[in-house]
Amino acid sequence: MDAVAGSDGIGVLDLQGGVQEHLDHLRRVGVAARPIKRAADLAGLAGLIIPGGESTCLSRLLNIFGLDTAIRQAHGKGLKLWGTCAGAILLARENVGETPFLGLIDVAVNRNAFGSQLDSFNREALAPTVAREPIPLTFIRAPKIVRAGEEVRVLLRLDDYIAAAEDDRILVTVFHPELTPSLAFHRYFARKCGLNVAGDDAGLDPDWTPLSWTRFSLHV
Amino acid sequence: MAENRYLLNAQLAQMLKGGVIMDVVNVEQAQIAQEAGAVAVMALERVPADIRKQGGVARMSDPGLIKAIKEAVTIPVMAKARIGHFVEAQILQALRIDYIDESEVLTPADEECHIDKTRFEIPFVCGARNLGEALRRIAEGAAMIRTKGEAGTGNVVEAVRHMRTMNREIRQLTALPAEEIISFAKVNGIPYELALEVKKLGRLPVVNFAAGGIATPADAALMMQLGCDGVFVGSGIFKSSDPARRARAIVKAVAYFDDPGQLLEVSMDLGEPMAGLDVATMASGERLAGRGW
Repeated sequence: MDAVAGSDGIGVLDLQGGVQEHLDHLRRVGVAARPIKRAADLAGLAGLIIPGGESTCLSRLLNIFGLDTAIRQAHGKGLKLWGTCAGAILLARENVGETPFLGLIDVAVNRNAFGSQLDSFNREALAPTVAREPIPLTFIRAPKIVRAGEEVRVLLRLDDYIAAAEDDRILVTVFHPELTPSLAFHRYFARKCGLNVAGDDAGLDPDWTPLSWTRFSLHV
Repeated sequence: MAENRYLLNAQLAQMLKGGVIMDVVNVEQAQIAQEAGAVAVMALERVPADIRKQGGVARMSDPGLIKAIKEAVTIPVMAKARIGHFVEAQILQALRIDYIDESEVLTPADEECHIDKTRFEIPFVCGARNLGEALRRIAEGAAMIRTKGEAGTGNVVEAVRHMRTMNREIRQLTALPAEEIISFAKVNGIPYELALEVKKLGRLPVVNFAAGGIATPADAALMMQLGCDGVFVGSGIFKSSDPARRARAIVKAVAYFDDPGQLLEVSMDLGEPMAGLDVATMASGERLAGRGW
Protein backbone atom coordinates (compact mmCIF):
# COMPACT_ATOMS: atom_id res chain seq x y z
CA MET A 1 0.00 0.00 0.00
CA ASP A 2 1.31 3.44 -0.86
CA ALA A 3 0.70 5.21 2.41
CA VAL A 4 0.91 8.79 1.16
CA ALA A 5 -0.06 9.25 -2.46
CA GLY A 6 -3.82 9.10 -2.97
CA SER A 7 -4.35 8.52 0.71
CA ASP A 8 -7.75 9.01 2.30
CA GLY A 9 -6.07 9.95 5.56
CA ILE A 10 -6.79 8.25 8.82
CA GLY A 11 -9.69 6.02 9.76
CA VAL A 12 -11.20 5.51 13.21
CA LEU A 13 -12.60 2.06 13.89
CA ASP A 14 -16.31 2.73 14.45
CA LEU A 15 -17.65 -0.31 16.27
CA GLN A 16 -17.89 0.98 19.84
CA GLY A 17 -16.24 3.58 22.08
CA GLY A 18 -14.62 7.00 21.65
CA VAL A 19 -15.00 7.36 17.88
CA GLN A 20 -16.25 10.96 17.53
CA GLU A 21 -13.56 12.19 19.93
CA HIS A 22 -10.76 10.91 17.68
CA LEU A 23 -12.45 12.15 14.50
CA ASP A 24 -12.79 15.59 16.09
CA HIS A 25 -9.09 15.68 17.03
CA LEU A 26 -8.02 14.53 13.56
CA ARG A 27 -10.14 17.27 12.01
CA ARG A 28 -8.43 19.84 14.26
CA VAL A 29 -5.05 18.58 13.07
CA GLY A 30 -6.20 19.10 9.48
CA VAL A 31 -6.17 15.44 8.44
CA ALA A 32 -8.87 13.74 6.38
CA ALA A 33 -10.64 11.33 8.73
CA ARG A 34 -13.55 8.93 8.51
CA PRO A 35 -15.24 6.23 10.58
CA ILE A 36 -14.52 2.62 9.57
CA LYS A 37 -17.13 -0.09 10.06
CA ARG A 38 -16.30 -2.65 7.38
CA ALA A 39 -13.23 -4.36 5.96
CA ALA A 40 -13.79 -2.68 2.57
CA ASP A 41 -13.60 0.76 4.24
CA LEU A 42 -9.89 0.21 4.96
CA ALA A 43 -8.88 0.70 1.33
CA GLY A 44 -6.73 3.76 0.76
CA LEU A 45 -6.15 4.59 4.41
CA ALA A 46 -2.69 5.62 5.63
CA GLY A 47 -3.56 4.92 9.24
CA LEU A 48 -6.23 3.46 11.49
CA ILE A 49 -7.02 4.35 15.10
CA ILE A 50 -8.51 1.66 17.32
CA PRO A 51 -10.20 3.82 19.96
CA GLY A 52 -10.90 3.39 23.64
CA GLY A 53 -14.01 1.45 24.55
CA GLU A 54 -14.39 -2.02 25.99
CA SER A 55 -11.77 -4.37 24.56
CA THR A 56 -13.89 -7.52 24.92
CA CYS A 57 -16.76 -5.90 23.05
CA LEU A 58 -14.44 -4.56 20.33
CA SER A 59 -12.74 -7.94 19.94
CA ARG A 60 -16.09 -9.71 19.48
CA LEU A 61 -17.24 -7.23 16.85
CA LEU A 62 -13.90 -7.29 15.01
CA ASN A 63 -14.03 -11.05 14.99
CA ILE A 64 -17.60 -11.47 13.78
CA PHE A 65 -17.23 -9.32 10.70
CA GLY A 66 -13.72 -10.34 9.63
CA LEU A 67 -12.26 -6.92 10.32
CA ASP A 68 -9.50 -8.53 12.42
CA THR A 69 -8.14 -10.41 9.40
CA ALA A 70 -8.48 -7.33 7.19
CA ILE A 71 -6.59 -5.16 9.72
CA ARG A 72 -3.79 -7.75 10.02
CA GLN A 73 -3.48 -7.89 6.22
CA ALA A 74 -3.52 -4.10 5.81
CA HIS A 75 -0.91 -3.78 8.56
CA GLY A 76 1.22 -6.28 6.68
CA LYS A 77 1.01 -4.03 3.62
CA GLY A 78 1.99 -0.88 5.53
CA LEU A 79 -1.14 0.47 7.25
CA LYS A 80 -0.13 2.35 10.42
CA LEU A 81 -2.12 1.58 13.56
CA TRP A 82 -2.70 3.47 16.80
CA GLY A 83 -4.49 1.89 19.74
CA THR A 84 -5.66 4.03 22.67
CA CYS A 85 -6.55 2.25 25.92
CA ALA A 86 -8.74 -0.69 24.79
CA GLY A 87 -7.14 -0.32 21.35
CA ALA A 88 -3.71 -0.84 22.92
CA ILE A 89 -4.96 -3.99 24.64
CA LEU A 90 -6.19 -5.35 21.29
CA LEU A 91 -2.88 -4.62 19.53
CA ALA A 92 -0.58 -6.07 22.23
CA ARG A 93 1.22 -9.35 21.64
CA GLU A 94 0.81 -10.34 25.28
CA ASN A 95 -2.15 -9.73 27.56
CA VAL A 96 -1.36 -10.66 31.18
CA GLY A 97 -3.55 -13.60 32.23
CA GLU A 98 -5.59 -13.53 29.02
CA THR A 99 -5.38 -14.49 25.35
CA PRO A 100 -3.98 -11.70 23.15
CA PHE A 101 -6.14 -10.51 20.26
CA LEU A 102 -4.49 -8.88 17.24
CA GLY A 103 -1.02 -9.36 18.76
CA LEU A 104 0.73 -7.00 16.35
CA ILE A 105 3.14 -5.08 18.62
CA ASP A 106 5.61 -6.70 20.98
CA VAL A 107 4.38 -5.32 24.29
CA ALA A 108 2.64 -6.89 27.28
CA VAL A 109 -0.39 -5.13 28.77
CA ASN A 110 -2.16 -5.60 32.06
CA ARG A 111 -5.84 -4.75 31.79
CA ASN A 112 -7.58 -2.59 34.46
CA ALA A 113 -4.23 -2.27 36.19
CA PHE A 114 -5.25 0.76 38.22
CA GLY A 115 -8.59 -0.53 39.57
CA SER A 116 -12.14 0.74 39.16
CA GLN A 117 -13.50 4.05 37.85
CA LEU A 118 -12.70 5.63 41.22
CA ASP A 119 -9.03 5.09 40.33
CA SER A 120 -9.26 6.88 36.96
CA PHE A 121 -7.11 10.03 36.94
CA ASN A 122 -5.50 12.93 35.08
CA ARG A 123 -1.84 13.89 35.12
CA GLU A 124 0.72 15.71 32.99
CA ALA A 125 3.99 14.42 31.61
CA LEU A 126 6.69 15.23 29.10
CA ALA A 127 7.09 12.83 26.15
CA PRO A 128 10.08 14.49 24.42
CA THR A 129 9.76 12.51 21.16
CA VAL A 130 6.14 13.65 20.76
CA ALA A 131 6.09 17.25 22.00
CA ARG A 132 8.33 19.86 23.61
CA GLU A 133 5.80 20.77 26.29
CA PRO A 134 4.25 18.50 28.93
CA ILE A 135 1.06 16.84 27.70
CA PRO A 136 -2.16 16.47 29.74
CA LEU A 137 -3.02 12.78 30.10
CA THR A 138 -6.38 11.15 30.91
CA PHE A 139 -6.40 7.58 32.24
CA ILE A 140 -9.84 5.89 32.40
CA ARG A 141 -9.87 2.36 33.81
CA ALA A 142 -6.57 2.19 32.00
CA PRO A 143 -4.28 -0.77 31.32
CA LYS A 144 -0.53 -0.64 31.96
CA ILE A 145 2.12 -1.64 29.45
CA VAL A 146 4.38 -3.80 31.61
CA ARG A 147 6.93 -4.97 29.05
CA ALA A 148 8.22 -3.70 25.70
CA GLY A 149 10.16 -5.87 23.25
CA GLU A 150 13.51 -4.97 21.68
CA GLU A 151 12.01 -3.43 18.57
CA VAL A 152 9.65 -1.26 20.55
CA ARG A 153 10.56 2.32 21.52
CA VAL A 154 9.21 3.63 24.80
CA LEU A 155 7.73 7.12 24.32
CA LEU A 156 6.55 7.68 27.88
CA ARG A 157 7.42 5.84 31.06
CA LEU A 158 5.62 6.72 34.32
CA ASP A 159 6.15 5.18 37.75
CA ASP A 160 6.28 1.39 37.27
CA TYR A 161 4.75 1.20 33.80
CA ILE A 162 5.01 2.30 30.18
CA ALA A 163 2.21 4.64 29.09
CA ALA A 164 3.10 5.09 25.40
CA ALA A 165 5.26 3.06 23.00
CA GLU A 166 5.72 2.44 19.30
CA ASP A 167 7.39 0.32 16.68
CA ASP A 168 7.73 1.24 13.02
CA ARG A 169 4.07 0.76 12.20
CA ILE A 170 2.17 0.83 15.49
CA LEU A 171 1.62 3.37 18.26
CA VAL A 172 0.04 2.38 21.57
CA THR A 173 -1.08 4.71 24.38
CA VAL A 174 -2.85 3.55 27.53
CA PHE A 175 -4.27 7.05 28.09
CA HIS A 176 -6.74 9.08 25.98
CA PRO A 177 -5.24 12.07 24.10
CA GLU A 178 -8.63 12.49 22.37
CA LEU A 179 -10.19 13.45 25.73
CA THR A 180 -7.82 16.38 26.29
CA PRO A 181 -7.13 19.67 24.47
CA SER A 182 -3.72 18.36 23.37
CA LEU A 183 -3.36 17.46 19.68
CA ALA A 184 0.27 16.37 20.08
CA PHE A 185 -0.28 12.61 19.78
CA HIS A 186 -2.67 13.01 16.84
CA ARG A 187 -0.07 15.12 15.01
CA TYR A 188 2.59 12.58 15.89
CA PHE A 189 0.51 9.70 14.52
CA ALA A 190 -0.43 11.63 11.37
CA ARG A 191 3.28 12.25 10.68
CA LYS A 192 3.97 8.57 11.35
CA CYS A 193 1.39 7.89 8.63
CA GLY A 194 3.32 10.20 6.27
CA LEU A 195 0.60 12.86 6.19
CA ASN A 196 1.02 16.62 6.20
CA VAL A 197 -0.28 18.12 9.43
CA ALA A 198 -1.25 21.62 10.41
CA GLY A 199 0.09 23.51 13.41
CA ASP A 200 2.89 23.30 15.89
CA ASP A 201 3.62 20.38 18.22
CA ALA A 202 3.47 22.54 21.29
CA GLY A 203 0.45 23.94 23.03
CA LEU A 204 -3.20 23.03 23.37
CA ASP A 205 -6.13 23.65 21.05
CA PRO A 206 -7.88 26.69 22.60
CA ASP A 207 -11.15 25.82 20.82
CA TRP A 208 -11.41 22.29 22.18
CA THR A 209 -13.78 21.68 25.10
CA PRO A 210 -14.79 18.44 26.84
CA LEU A 211 -18.07 18.78 24.94
CA SER A 212 -16.51 19.00 21.47
CA TRP A 213 -17.53 15.38 20.83
CA THR A 214 -21.22 16.32 21.16
CA ARG A 215 -20.89 18.88 18.36
CA PHE A 216 -19.32 16.18 16.23
CA SER A 217 -21.94 13.54 16.94
CA LEU A 218 -22.56 11.28 13.98
CA HIS A 219 -26.26 10.66 14.23
CA VAL A 220 -28.05 13.70 15.61
CA MET B 1 -16.79 16.20 43.57
CA ALA B 2 -13.90 18.01 41.91
CA GLU B 3 -14.49 19.27 38.38
CA ASN B 4 -11.89 16.92 36.90
CA ARG B 5 -13.52 13.93 38.65
CA TYR B 6 -16.90 14.80 37.13
CA LEU B 7 -15.26 15.06 33.73
CA LEU B 8 -13.52 11.68 34.13
CA ASN B 9 -16.90 10.18 35.03
CA ALA B 10 -18.65 11.71 32.01
CA GLN B 11 -15.73 10.50 29.89
CA LEU B 12 -16.10 6.90 31.08
CA ALA B 13 -19.66 7.10 29.73
CA GLN B 14 -18.21 8.37 26.42
CA MET B 15 -16.13 5.19 26.24
CA LEU B 16 -19.34 3.13 26.59
CA LYS B 17 -20.92 4.76 23.51
CA GLY B 18 -22.13 2.35 20.87
CA GLY B 19 -22.35 -0.38 23.48
CA VAL B 20 -24.88 -2.50 25.33
CA ILE B 21 -25.18 -2.57 29.13
CA MET B 22 -26.86 -5.75 30.36
CA ASP B 23 -28.74 -6.54 33.56
CA VAL B 24 -27.34 -9.65 35.28
CA VAL B 25 -28.40 -11.36 38.50
CA ASN B 26 -25.48 -13.74 39.07
CA VAL B 27 -21.86 -14.46 38.15
CA GLU B 28 -22.79 -16.87 35.37
CA GLN B 29 -24.99 -14.30 33.63
CA ALA B 30 -22.29 -11.65 34.04
CA GLN B 31 -19.81 -13.91 32.27
CA ILE B 32 -22.28 -14.63 29.47
CA ALA B 33 -22.86 -10.89 29.07
CA GLN B 34 -19.14 -10.10 28.93
CA GLU B 35 -18.49 -12.96 26.52
CA ALA B 36 -21.25 -11.64 24.25
CA GLY B 37 -19.62 -8.20 24.11
CA ALA B 38 -21.50 -6.14 26.72
CA VAL B 39 -19.66 -2.89 27.56
CA ALA B 40 -20.82 -3.08 31.18
CA VAL B 41 -23.11 -5.09 33.40
CA MET B 42 -25.80 -3.89 35.81
CA ALA B 43 -25.56 -6.18 38.85
CA LEU B 44 -28.87 -6.74 40.62
CA GLU B 45 -30.85 -9.38 42.51
CA ARG B 46 -33.91 -9.36 40.30
CA VAL B 47 -34.42 -8.07 36.77
CA PRO B 48 -37.23 -5.51 36.39
CA ALA B 49 -39.67 -8.10 34.98
CA ASP B 50 -39.37 -10.10 38.23
CA ILE B 51 -39.52 -7.01 40.44
CA ARG B 52 -42.76 -6.18 38.66
CA LYS B 53 -44.14 -9.71 39.12
CA GLN B 54 -43.11 -10.19 42.74
CA GLY B 55 -44.04 -6.71 43.98
CA GLY B 56 -43.04 -5.49 47.43
CA VAL B 57 -40.27 -3.00 48.11
CA ALA B 58 -37.31 -3.26 45.72
CA ARG B 59 -34.04 -2.15 47.32
CA MET B 60 -30.32 -2.03 46.52
CA SER B 61 -29.01 -5.56 45.89
CA ASP B 62 -26.93 -7.44 48.46
CA PRO B 63 -23.40 -5.96 48.16
CA GLY B 64 -22.04 -9.51 48.44
CA LEU B 65 -23.72 -10.40 45.14
CA ILE B 66 -22.46 -7.22 43.48
CA LYS B 67 -18.94 -7.91 44.76
CA ALA B 68 -18.98 -11.46 43.38
CA ILE B 69 -20.04 -10.13 39.96
CA LYS B 70 -17.37 -7.39 40.09
CA GLU B 71 -14.72 -10.04 40.71
CA ALA B 72 -15.96 -12.25 37.87
CA VAL B 73 -15.70 -9.73 35.00
CA THR B 74 -13.23 -7.16 33.62
CA ILE B 75 -15.87 -4.83 32.11
CA PRO B 76 -17.34 -2.00 34.24
CA VAL B 77 -19.92 -2.96 36.85
CA MET B 78 -22.92 -0.79 37.64
CA ALA B 79 -25.50 -1.24 40.39
CA LYS B 80 -28.75 0.43 41.34
CA ALA B 81 -29.58 2.62 44.34
CA ARG B 82 -33.11 3.76 45.15
CA ILE B 83 -34.07 7.30 44.12
CA GLY B 84 -33.01 9.60 46.96
CA HIS B 85 -31.32 6.82 48.96
CA PHE B 86 -27.91 8.44 49.37
CA VAL B 87 -26.78 5.85 51.93
CA GLU B 88 -27.26 2.99 49.46
CA ALA B 89 -25.14 5.12 47.12
CA GLN B 90 -22.49 5.57 49.83
CA ILE B 91 -22.35 1.79 50.26
CA LEU B 92 -22.00 1.22 46.52
CA GLN B 93 -19.23 3.82 46.37
CA ALA B 94 -17.45 2.05 49.26
CA LEU B 95 -17.73 -1.17 47.24
CA ARG B 96 -15.83 0.65 44.44
CA ILE B 97 -18.05 -0.36 41.58
CA ASP B 98 -17.79 1.77 38.43
CA TYR B 99 -21.22 3.47 38.09
CA ILE B 100 -24.38 3.89 40.17
CA ASP B 101 -27.83 3.91 38.55
CA GLU B 102 -30.20 6.00 40.68
CA SER B 103 -33.13 4.02 39.42
CA GLU B 104 -36.91 4.21 39.32
CA VAL B 105 -36.90 0.41 38.93
CA LEU B 106 -36.31 0.25 42.69
CA THR B 107 -38.88 1.63 45.11
CA PRO B 108 -38.07 5.32 45.72
CA ALA B 109 -36.72 6.19 49.17
CA ASP B 110 -37.48 9.89 48.79
CA GLU B 111 -40.37 11.32 46.76
CA GLU B 112 -39.04 14.87 46.99
CA CYS B 113 -35.27 14.78 46.59
CA HIS B 114 -33.01 12.79 44.33
CA ILE B 115 -29.49 12.04 45.53
CA ASP B 116 -27.11 15.02 45.60
CA LYS B 117 -24.67 13.33 43.27
CA THR B 118 -22.15 16.17 43.46
CA ARG B 119 -21.18 14.87 46.92
CA PHE B 120 -19.87 11.60 45.47
CA GLU B 121 -16.69 10.68 43.62
CA ILE B 122 -18.38 7.78 41.83
CA PRO B 123 -20.37 8.48 38.65
CA PHE B 124 -24.17 8.28 38.43
CA VAL B 125 -26.53 7.52 35.57
CA CYS B 126 -30.16 8.64 35.95
CA GLY B 127 -33.37 8.04 34.02
CA ALA B 128 -35.34 10.81 32.30
CA ARG B 129 -38.56 11.11 30.33
CA ASN B 130 -37.90 14.56 28.88
CA LEU B 131 -35.29 17.28 28.57
CA GLY B 132 -36.16 19.01 31.83
CA GLU B 133 -35.85 15.81 33.83
CA ALA B 134 -32.51 14.97 32.16
CA LEU B 135 -31.08 18.42 32.88
CA ARG B 136 -32.30 18.43 36.50
CA ARG B 137 -30.42 15.16 37.05
CA ILE B 138 -27.32 16.60 35.36
CA ALA B 139 -27.59 19.66 37.62
CA GLU B 140 -27.60 17.25 40.59
CA GLY B 141 -24.37 15.68 39.27
CA ALA B 142 -25.40 12.83 36.96
CA ALA B 143 -22.61 12.09 34.46
CA MET B 144 -24.80 10.04 32.14
CA ILE B 145 -28.52 9.95 31.25
CA ARG B 146 -30.78 7.16 30.03
CA THR B 147 -34.40 7.19 28.96
CA LYS B 148 -36.66 5.68 31.61
CA GLY B 149 -38.77 3.76 29.13
CA GLU B 150 -40.94 1.26 30.99
CA ALA B 151 -38.64 -1.33 32.56
CA GLY B 152 -39.56 -4.99 32.69
CA THR B 153 -42.22 -4.80 29.98
CA GLY B 154 -40.29 -5.85 26.87
CA ASN B 155 -42.21 -3.01 25.25
CA VAL B 156 -40.13 -0.26 23.64
CA VAL B 157 -42.99 2.25 23.28
CA GLU B 158 -42.13 4.33 26.35
CA ALA B 159 -38.41 4.51 25.56
CA VAL B 160 -39.36 5.77 22.09
CA ARG B 161 -41.71 8.33 23.63
CA HIS B 162 -39.03 9.58 26.01
CA MET B 163 -36.37 9.83 23.31
CA ARG B 164 -38.68 11.58 20.86
CA THR B 165 -39.73 14.00 23.60
CA MET B 166 -36.13 14.83 24.43
CA ASN B 167 -35.23 15.30 20.77
CA ARG B 168 -38.26 17.51 20.17
CA GLU B 169 -37.56 19.69 23.20
CA ILE B 170 -33.90 20.03 22.21
CA ARG B 171 -34.94 21.14 18.70
CA GLN B 172 -37.40 23.65 20.19
CA LEU B 173 -34.77 25.05 22.52
CA THR B 174 -32.19 25.29 19.75
CA ALA B 175 -34.57 27.38 17.66
CA LEU B 176 -35.52 29.86 20.41
CA PRO B 177 -34.31 33.46 20.39
CA ALA B 178 -32.17 34.33 23.41
CA GLU B 179 -34.89 36.26 25.25
CA GLU B 180 -37.26 33.26 25.25
CA ILE B 181 -34.83 30.79 26.78
CA ILE B 182 -35.40 31.73 30.39
CA SER B 183 -39.15 31.32 29.98
CA PHE B 184 -38.64 27.92 28.26
CA ALA B 185 -36.35 26.97 31.15
CA LYS B 186 -38.96 28.03 33.69
CA VAL B 187 -41.83 26.16 32.04
CA ASN B 188 -39.78 22.97 31.62
CA GLY B 189 -38.04 23.12 35.01
CA ILE B 190 -34.61 23.42 33.43
CA PRO B 191 -31.63 25.09 35.12
CA TYR B 192 -30.96 28.19 32.97
CA GLU B 193 -27.22 27.60 32.46
CA LEU B 194 -27.87 24.08 31.22
CA ALA B 195 -30.56 25.37 28.86
CA LEU B 196 -27.94 27.68 27.32
CA GLU B 197 -25.50 24.79 27.04
CA VAL B 198 -28.02 22.56 25.25
CA LYS B 199 -29.00 25.40 22.90
CA LYS B 200 -25.33 25.76 21.93
CA LEU B 201 -24.66 22.01 21.56
CA GLY B 202 -27.94 20.89 20.01
CA ARG B 203 -27.92 17.79 22.24
CA LEU B 204 -27.50 16.75 25.86
CA PRO B 205 -24.12 17.63 27.36
CA VAL B 206 -23.59 14.01 28.52
CA VAL B 207 -23.96 10.58 26.96
CA ASN B 208 -27.60 9.45 26.66
CA PHE B 209 -28.49 5.75 26.49
CA ALA B 210 -31.85 4.12 25.81
CA ALA B 211 -33.40 1.97 28.52
CA GLY B 212 -36.70 0.43 29.49
CA GLY B 213 -38.39 -2.18 27.30
CA ILE B 214 -35.70 -3.07 24.75
CA ALA B 215 -36.11 -6.76 23.86
CA THR B 216 -34.90 -7.31 20.29
CA PRO B 217 -31.97 -6.26 18.05
CA ALA B 218 -34.48 -4.17 16.08
CA ASP B 219 -35.57 -2.35 19.27
CA ALA B 220 -31.93 -1.55 20.05
CA ALA B 221 -31.23 -0.28 16.52
CA LEU B 222 -34.47 1.76 16.60
CA MET B 223 -33.27 3.60 19.70
CA MET B 224 -29.84 4.16 18.12
CA GLN B 225 -31.43 5.57 14.96
CA LEU B 226 -33.47 7.91 17.17
CA GLY B 227 -30.15 9.31 18.40
CA CYS B 228 -29.26 7.38 21.56
CA ASP B 229 -25.58 6.74 22.25
CA GLY B 230 -26.06 3.13 23.37
CA VAL B 231 -28.60 0.89 25.10
CA PHE B 232 -29.37 -0.78 28.39
CA VAL B 233 -31.09 -4.15 28.13
CA GLY B 234 -32.68 -5.25 31.38
CA SER B 235 -34.99 -8.21 31.36
CA GLY B 236 -34.82 -8.56 27.56
CA ILE B 237 -31.78 -10.84 27.46
CA PHE B 238 -32.00 -13.25 30.38
CA LYS B 239 -35.80 -13.56 30.15
CA SER B 240 -35.51 -14.79 26.55
CA SER B 241 -35.11 -18.42 25.49
CA ASP B 242 -31.48 -18.15 24.30
CA PRO B 243 -29.78 -15.34 26.27
CA ALA B 244 -26.22 -15.73 24.90
CA ARG B 245 -27.40 -15.65 21.30
CA ARG B 246 -29.76 -12.72 21.85
CA ALA B 247 -27.04 -10.82 23.75
CA ARG B 248 -24.59 -11.22 20.85
CA ALA B 249 -27.28 -10.19 18.36
CA ILE B 250 -28.13 -7.01 20.26
CA VAL B 251 -24.42 -6.08 20.55
CA LYS B 252 -24.09 -6.45 16.78
CA ALA B 253 -27.32 -4.55 16.14
CA VAL B 254 -26.07 -1.56 18.14
CA ALA B 255 -22.74 -1.48 16.27
CA TYR B 256 -24.47 -1.76 12.88
CA PHE B 257 -27.66 0.11 13.83
CA ASP B 258 -27.94 1.87 10.47
CA ASP B 259 -27.31 -1.17 8.27
CA PRO B 260 -30.59 -3.04 7.54
CA GLY B 261 -28.69 -5.92 5.88
CA GLN B 262 -26.74 -6.65 9.06
CA LEU B 263 -29.85 -6.12 11.19
CA LEU B 264 -31.69 -8.71 9.09
CA GLU B 265 -28.89 -11.19 9.58
CA VAL B 266 -28.64 -10.76 13.36
CA SER B 267 -32.41 -10.87 13.85
CA MET B 268 -32.83 -14.39 12.46
CA ASP B 269 -33.40 -17.53 14.55
CA LEU B 270 -33.01 -15.93 17.97
CA GLY B 271 -35.63 -18.06 19.72
CA GLU B 272 -38.41 -16.62 21.85
CA PRO B 273 -38.05 -13.04 23.11
CA MET B 274 -39.23 -12.23 26.63
CA ALA B 275 -42.99 -12.11 27.03
CA GLY B 276 -44.14 -8.51 26.72
CA LEU B 277 -46.63 -6.29 28.51
CA ASP B 278 -48.95 -3.75 26.94
CA VAL B 279 -48.09 -0.49 28.68
CA ALA B 280 -51.33 1.17 27.51
CA THR B 281 -53.49 -1.19 29.61
CA MET B 282 -51.34 -0.96 32.75
CA ALA B 283 -52.67 0.89 35.79
CA SER B 284 -50.71 4.08 36.41
CA GLY B 285 -49.49 2.68 39.74
CA GLU B 286 -47.78 -0.17 37.89
CA ARG B 287 -45.74 2.19 35.77
CA LEU B 288 -42.21 2.72 37.05
CA ALA B 289 -41.37 5.72 34.86
CA GLY B 290 -43.57 8.01 36.96
CA ARG B 291 -41.24 7.55 39.93
CA GLY B 292 -38.89 10.53 40.39
CA TRP B 293 -39.53 13.83 38.67
